[in-house]
Amino acid sequence: MYQGMLAETVTIAGHGDEAIGAYLARPLGAGPFPGVLVIHHAPGWDGATKEIARRFAAEGYVAICPNLYHRFGPDLAPDDAAAAARAGGWISTEQFLGDAAGALRFLSSLPVSNGKSGSIGYCSGGRQSFLVACELPVDAAVDCYGAFVISTSPPELPFRMEPVIDRAPKISCPILGLFGAEDKNPSPDEVARIDAELTRLGKEHEFHTFENAGHGFFAVDRPMYRVEAAVQGWRLILDFYGRHLS
Amino acid sequence: MCSYIVERTAVIGSAKAAGTWTPITDAVVSVDHPSHATLDHALIVDFVHAGRPVSERVALELSVPSARELVACMQAALDAFVEGS
Repeated sequence: MYQGMLAETVTIAGHGDEAIGAYLARPLGAGPFPGVLVIHHAPGWDGATKEIARRFAAEGYVAICPNLYHRFGPDLAPDDAAAAARAGGWISTEQFLGDAAGALRFLSSLPVSNGKSGSIGYCSGGRQSFLVACELPVDAAVDCYGAFVISTSPPELPFRMEPVIDRAPKISCPILGLFGAEDKNPSPDEVARIDAELTRLGKEHEFHTFENAGHGFFAVDRPMYRVEAAVQGWRLILDFYGRHLS
Repeated sequence: MCSYIVERTAVIGSAKAAGTWTPITDAVVSVDHPSHATLDHALIVDFVHAGRPVSERVALELSVPSARELVACMQAALDAFVEGS
């Protein structure tokens, strides 16, 4: 069977119709293919996140990863953009949702789209994927160890992270949550509380917590990588998307 | 986790990287996932000059234990210094 993909940077209309960069990875061929919005983590629009987009393309998905730090400088190296984000107070929820909505519109406009799309994010992106499930038209959402979904950041921090669980009544798609038992943020107790709230609201979801794994177990370039959790996690993600995005 | 921990302080002095000295005006300090160091979390210090491109900053990414040692080391050195000596 022939296999091939195209991965490239594109320009999309983000929040406020402002042009921003995005990384697009898609299988070659006529499709139709489901889409995946890949949300980069706080360290930025980096190589590791683009590698995730390419993995989805290899699995038969059109993956798009918008540069959420584009406005700090469209041509900055990822670490420089992350530094600018740290110094500039990160990005607003409103701006994130606008950029994410633009990326989803771009996906659905592609001739190879099958009309369905999901979202996924890791770490800070996990919280943002949860936000997408609450606020945007996606067919499935994956939250990988997103912190501050149900808890508020400690008061001593200069940048306050507000919980997003109060938006959960608006969730309109199934959610897959993947967590590490040794994670402290979100802790197993927080995960249990999110799980209970989604159950109370009647929102379709499945949560998996891996033993011998902490935060960031998917990160292949960091000591926190845990091969068993990551391999099983990828299987769960592809099974979940296969059921909801086909 | 992506901690979002960021502190900032004004500094007076210069920093050098890639053979070039740069005046600096601020230090932006965070503890989060690093970009380059093979660590889960790091103390990240960006020495920046307000008004200059962020790519010209001088950046450090240190493991948390070694950063604590460095802080203690810097404090000891400062404590040993007598102003006007």
